[in-house]
Amino acid sequence: MVEATGKPLERVDGRLKVMGAARFSAEWDVPGLAYGAIVSSNVAHGSVRAIDSAAALRAPGVLAVLTHENAPRLQPMPEKVNGSLFRGEGGITETRQPLQNATVEYAGQPLAVVVADTLERARHAASLVRVTYDVRPPELTLEASTRRTLPETFTGNQDEKLQVTVGDPKTALAAAPVKLTRVYESGITHHNPIEQLASIARWETRNGAEFLTLYDTTRGVENLQEVVSSSLSLPKDNVYIICPFIGGAFGSKGWMFAPPLLTAMAARVVKRPVKIEWRRQDMFAVAGQRAATRQTLSLGAAPDGRLTALQHDTQTHSSQSSGYTEPCARVSRMMYAVPNLGFAHQLHHLHLPSPCPMRGPGETVGGWALECAMDELAAELNLDPVELRLRNYAEKNPETGKPWSSKHLRECYARGQELIGWSKRNPKPRSMREGNSLIGYGMATTMYPAARRPAAAKATLFADGRALVQSATHEMGNGAYTIFRQISADGLGLPVEQVRFELGDSALPAAPTSGGSATTATIGPASLAACRNVLAALKQLAIRDAKSPLYGATADDLEARDGRLVRKANPAQAEDYGTILRRAKLPSLEASGEAKPGEERENYSFYSFGAIFVKVRVDELTGTVRVDKLCAVLDVGRLMNPRTAHSQIIGGVAMGLGAALMEETQYDPRSGRAVVRNLADYHVPSMADTPDIQVEWLNIPDPHISELGARGIGEIGCVGTPAAITNAVYHATGRRFRSLPLTPDKIVQG
Amino acid sequence: MHPFTYQRATTPAQAVAAVAPAPGAAFVAGGTSQLDLMKEDVLRPSLLVDVTALPLTTISALNGGLRLGAGVSNTAAALHPEVAARYPAVSEALLAGASTQIRNMASLGGNPLQRTRCPYFRDPAQACNKREPGSGCAALQGINKVHALFGASNSCVATHPSDLAVALAALDAQVQVTGPNGPRTIAFPDLHRLPGDTPQQDTTLAHGELITSIDLPAFTGRSHYLKVRERASYAFALVSCAVALEMEGQKIRRARVALGGVAHKPWRVPAAEALLAGKKPSEKLFRAAAEAAFADAKPLEHNAYKIPMGRNLMERALLETSGLQPLQGPAGTAFAASVGGVSGE
Repeated sequence: MVEATGKPLERVDGRLKVMGAARFSAEWDVPGLAYGAIVSSNVAHGSVRAIDSAAALRAPGVLAVLTHENAPRLQPMPEKVNGSLFRGEGGITETRQPLQNATVEYAGQPLAVVVADTLERARHAASLVRVTYDVRPPELTLEASTRRTLPETFTGNQDEKLQVTVGDPKTALAAAPVKLTRVYESGITHHNPIEQLASIARWETRNGAEFLTLYDTTRGVENLQEVVSSSLSLPKDNVYIICPFIGGAFGSKGWMFAPPLLTAMAARVVKRPVKIEWRRQDMFAVAGQRAATRQTLSLGAAPDGRLTALQHDTQTHSSQSSGYTEPCARVSRMMYAVPNLGFAHQLHHLHLPSPCPMRGPGETVGGWALECAMDELAAELNLDPVELRLRNYAEKNPETGKPWSSKHLRECYARGQELIGWSKRNPKPRSMREGNSLIGYGMATTMYPAARRPAAAKATLFADGRALVQSATHEMGNGAYTIFRQISADGLGLPVEQVRFELGDSALPAAPTSGGSATTATIGPASLAACRNVLAALKQLAIRDAKSPLYGATADDLEARDGRLVRKANPAQAEDYGTILRRAKLPSLEASGEAKPGEERENYSFYSFGAIFVKVRVDELTGTVRVDKLCAVLDVGRLMNPRTAHSQIIGGVAMGLGAALMEETQYDPRSGRAVVRNLADYHVPSMADTPDIQVEWLNIPDPHISELGARGIGEIGCVGTPAAITNAVYHATGRRFRSLPLTPDKIVQG
Repeated sequence: MHPFTYQRATTPAQAVAAVAPAPGAAFVAGGTSQLDLMKEDVLRPSLLVDVTALPLTTISALNGGLRLGAGVSNTAAALHPEVAARYPAVSEALLAGASTQIRNMASLGGNPLQRTRCPYFRDPAQACNKREPGSGCAALQGINKVHALFGASNSCVATHPSDLAVALAALDAQVQVTGPNGPRTIAFPDLHRLPGDTPQQDTTLAHGELITSIDLPAFTGRSHYLKVRERASYAFALVSCAVALEMEGQKIRRARVALGGVAHKPWRVPAAEALLAGKKPSEKLFRAAAEAAFADAKPLEHNAYKIPMGRNLMERALLETSGLQPLQGPAGTAFAASVGGVSGE
């Protein structure tokens, strides 16, 4: 049988999605459903003086208005959930529980839920609620903040400290023959998945106990089950969460707990199932964001370009009730062989909504700053930007000293240069022109940490020859249904058509929040373990059955192939799975499996690498930049499915292009309200902004990460793209732009 | 959204009779912008009178020009061969705006009446004299990157967002209107007004007046529309420029220029137009005209970039219209109108 893994299988849920038959969280048909609408804060700082719900309560169809004065009480957000720090500096999420007090910490903060029998009536009634405030002046900028901290770790992970010094970067910088210090700034951006946040909550009494079912736009049923059950003082098993499809997340939908909690509270109060679907405008307040950053990069080098010192200091912000800190040194800490390395992160608590991870958290904007600084250093030294990177090629992790599990970045640089035509460009800045446009070429290194986490799965063989593999991971458009079906089919020795994969359900074997480009490396091995275990059980059935041609064999004598157990020594002796089960009078046979990273994590440093090369056209007189060509060459381990992988990469690259050229959410400097609140004004790249993106892979298996040899690919396309574009704009114009995004107002001249 | 009554009219008279007596009533055609604003609680009509069934959906010849029915969709108008060939600025402006889906729904009568994209107007929690007279203007000291350079007041610094309106202003189109007091004709440059102390009033239309057609006068010169935006497609103009140029031998007989994205209305530049008349096209002349056009610009905190951008754009629009520089795509298409073009080789 031909292996399914590694083949460009079409997306198995593609037809469902195109036909509108894939059910997303807001689409479940729950009998008796009522609808919630949110009243949110008009001001950024202060407290609610009064909420007048009288007019709303009189409006037709209104069932209840929940406010901080009458909403059910919640337990505080847990300190830690499944190993991640939630509370405190560096913690990953907003810890503010909704409707528990009168304080207002950001504009758009939910203050009331209006529940009515139709969505239109709920939203109309919400507009009738009158809120008065005791307003205090908000702190909305890094300059204005009075609460500043130095978080120790990112989300409590001791392997990811946020204040680090290796060697003596200060002295080395002072002594460096060549040095530069530059400040890079990036604005706030939003994930803006097409599917907005939504929850449906249904309460039932089962055997006298309260039981809550939540259909929620979450990419982490396990965390959500933990947070909801503890907040509502329920046993964990009395909260059931379903999410078989997510319409894009990009870092959002992992840490948003107020929306499902508000829905659960509302359903409890009106004693009916309630749905709350958040509006696009609300997404700019409650769905997380990438915080703005101000990064100071200092590089010290020998005259030949070898780095002697790197210092990367970040100023960023969070809300009053989240310690989330954009970890901007994630690339600086590992990319180049530099003996003296330091980085620091200062967090400013502002009266703005809470940030959270967004595709390439830290890497995308931190890597942008580093890779732009490297380009500036190359120009200073009159060195080719690729050559500067090769001279500083890290053969091991400079922070930890560990060897890489697998690194073939040199090949990426070489192939990327060929694809873009690097040698044909005139390296002199501002030297190439076509019509109204200046032409520029730029490059940047890209990378992503190859994380792997513990997970479980279950495999079931049916007597009709089909199989089902399950794990509580998520399909976010990433292709999870497709590649885990492929991996499981190979694990079971079955054709892919006979295998289904189920996910997105808290009753399934535990899996971590799907994110951090870790899903393939996490769920793939767990699925294989479950497959192995169910085949082992099947072998025992056959071996012990006197009627089987495999009777009396040992497990090691047998292998699974094409849906049959076969004696390796004599392939004529074989029996298909269904026959074995039917004779044993078993409709099905199931087994669980678990997999987790092991001591290889102590021995190696796990990263994916790549290079992004771009060609841009800059019309300086009008400030417009267009990307004419973009090539990504990636070393991401073994590919599970080149088709879904290609989509992952071009999506990531397009998001990086948006970050480089157009995406930004501004907040009013006085009121703290988002002044960009819809997809007409928040510009994500259109097709006309996106060139044909060339993606190539080395496809070299990582020998250490897992038996699959595959590292994740969700974010690496995004990470290097903003710097490659910014560097190309420099090459085109001879002008350095150190503030993202590079919108026409910044570029226009004359 | 607030509850409202919905009604369909089949004749202009019926539509006017339904809207005129009810102060909270409004016409609705494509609704592409209006319904968004209703969902945001910015607009709260008590009655919507649907005018899509009115017999105003034809394009016909009129005194050497064209009469465009107010109910013609943006798509139909843009792709009409007579419009594209004789008034390419109109097709270019239409096709450089919105998306195909929106252009299919939107109407020519509704397009010039769309409301500003000022973010403060669109957020009921912010002060806005246009939305709520007397509440103040949050944009004055807020993020005013997309706001006006010309003709603004302390009450309002919003800009008008329509691309089409800029082309129509340059072509001196005429707006046919019917209303409770009968029909009248409005010169397109007079349709919109400056904010003054009453920014809630975008146009000179009275309540209950309905646009029935937009008439393009006979025109044998060249016209062109050029637009700068933050992305290559589906974005409002930062600055745009429409040019209608008539030559006499080697010299410019008459040039009309309207700027978009810089004022509460399409901004005609008479000083620049006067400077161009009777002269031979040259880069130097066009530069001088562009300088003149922006001489009185009054930038706010975040929109000063529009001055160089607008000058450069106007100069280029004149160069391209006069033929001194090539168009960036076939006349009458979005490619001709889009500065920077699309990504890709």
